[in-house]
Amino acid sequence: MSDTNEELRVSKIRDGTVIDHVTGGQALNVLAILGIDGEGDETVSIGMNVPSDKLGRKDVVKVEGRELSQSEVDVLSLIAPEATINIIRDFDVVDKNRVERTTSVTGILVCPNHNCITNADEPVRTEFEVFDNGVRCSYCGTIVREGDVAERIDARGVGETAL
Amino acid sequence: MLEDHLISAAHLSRDDIEAVLDRAESVDSAGRAGHGSHDGHVLALCFFEPSTRTKMSFESAMKRLGGETIDMGSVESSSVKKGESLADTVRVIEGYADAMVLRHPSEGSAKLASEFVDVPLVNAGDGAGQHPSQTLLDLYTIRENAGLDGITVGIMGDLKYGRTVHSLAHALTNFDVRQHFISPESLRLPRNVRYDLHEAGAQVREHTGLEEVLPELDVLYVTRIQRERFPEEREYRAVAGEYRIDNGTLSDAHPDLTVMHPLPRVDEIAPEVDETARARYFEQAHNGVPVRMALLDILLGGDR
Repeated sequence: MSDTNEELRVSKIRDGTVIDHVTGGQALNVLAILGIDGEGDETVSIGMNVPSDKLGRKDVVKVEGRELSQSEVDVLSLIAPEATINIIRDFDVVDKNRVERTTSVTGILVCPNHNCITNADEPVRTEFEVFDNGVRCSYCGTIVREGDVAERIDARGVGETAL
Repeated sequence: MLEDHLISAAHLSRDDIEAVLDRAESVDSAGRAGHGSHDGHVLALCFFEPSTRTKMSFESAMKRLGGETIDMGSVESSSVKKGESLADTVRVIEGYADAMVLRHPSEGSAKLASEFVDVPLVNAGDGAGQHPSQTLLDLYTIRENAGLDGITVGIMGDLKYGRTVHSLAHALTNFDVRQHFISPESLRLPRNVRYDLHEAGAQVREHTGLEEVLPELDVLYVTRIQRERFPEEREYRAVAGEYRIDNGTLSDAHPDLTVMHPLPRVDEIAPEVDETARARYFEQAHNGVPVRMALLDILLGGDR
């Protein structure tokens, strides 16, 4: 079954973002990156483990009325390196980009070291350098392996709102 | 790097290190007193944790350079107690001084503080992170006693939380030094430091016992294993006892072994070792003054 047919499984959106080719099983982490926890009023559609020619299985996330910040895209590139981001306006795809692996990410991730200054009440956004196997806190040096990055997503958006 | 802040020994190049050590050597040979080139300069001492050696040697260094020091005082008596952020505290103190020395219990605090100030800032210990000015005086002591190339250094004790260890290990990668790390399994070097040493191509080995490596060592750097790192007193006693040295322990060591310790020690080096030519830890502590004079002189822009 092709990707195009799978798009029909979840309803089209008028304005917003479709994040496609998300690594199977990562959709909820994508929502966490976006800070969407159901408390807000965004309309969100998710397809999980949808058969995909390219990935075998993929997740798809559609968010009405929302575009992604660069920080969100940067973290997305770590947990879903094959993802594509489609900007939708008036039901049409007006922009389509693949995520690109970045050299650093700011905000969104929380340092696992409780004694790191970024976990104190200071006016600072977290910052992690990206390397081959994971990320590393630019402040305390703590390394988070690639497979553990999703656990460090701050679903409450503290990494963003600390400023 | 030395033109702005000193945050981590990982940022120090061999040239940076040698510039400080060479200048410290000329301070030492000219006599430590009376280098009055920094008349009118003020150094702020911001210690959010207790300190004796580091604080007093920075104070002595600045005064010997002809400058003055101002002291934030203890956290209990400062605005920090009222809940002021570190970022605010250093931004205020920056206006009172030409350079700052910061010790703080959180890892990454010095980097954060440096982002909020324009005056040179020296990290004098950020939690279990780094203590690079200690490393400069350690390197000075090693260079004086054993040279800094073609040597084998053993670093023993609490390697996980020991910030002097992390800084020293980073800095030694600039030199032709084989590094042996000796610790209980639970206190081995943290993953990020091991990663950096690996990336730097350093010659590194880890051990749980000193005896297997002692005869190879030119320098043995001993650190304190703290009681609070262990859940049980009995476990602490059992472990700490294996990482204590006395003259008996050192009987298999090279006759010219240099024994160092960042101090304070508790009982990890028996007092009988103090009387031997190997004991260099008091000299090491004293070297804090010329090395910090050299460091401050460079950070403050040399002779005015």
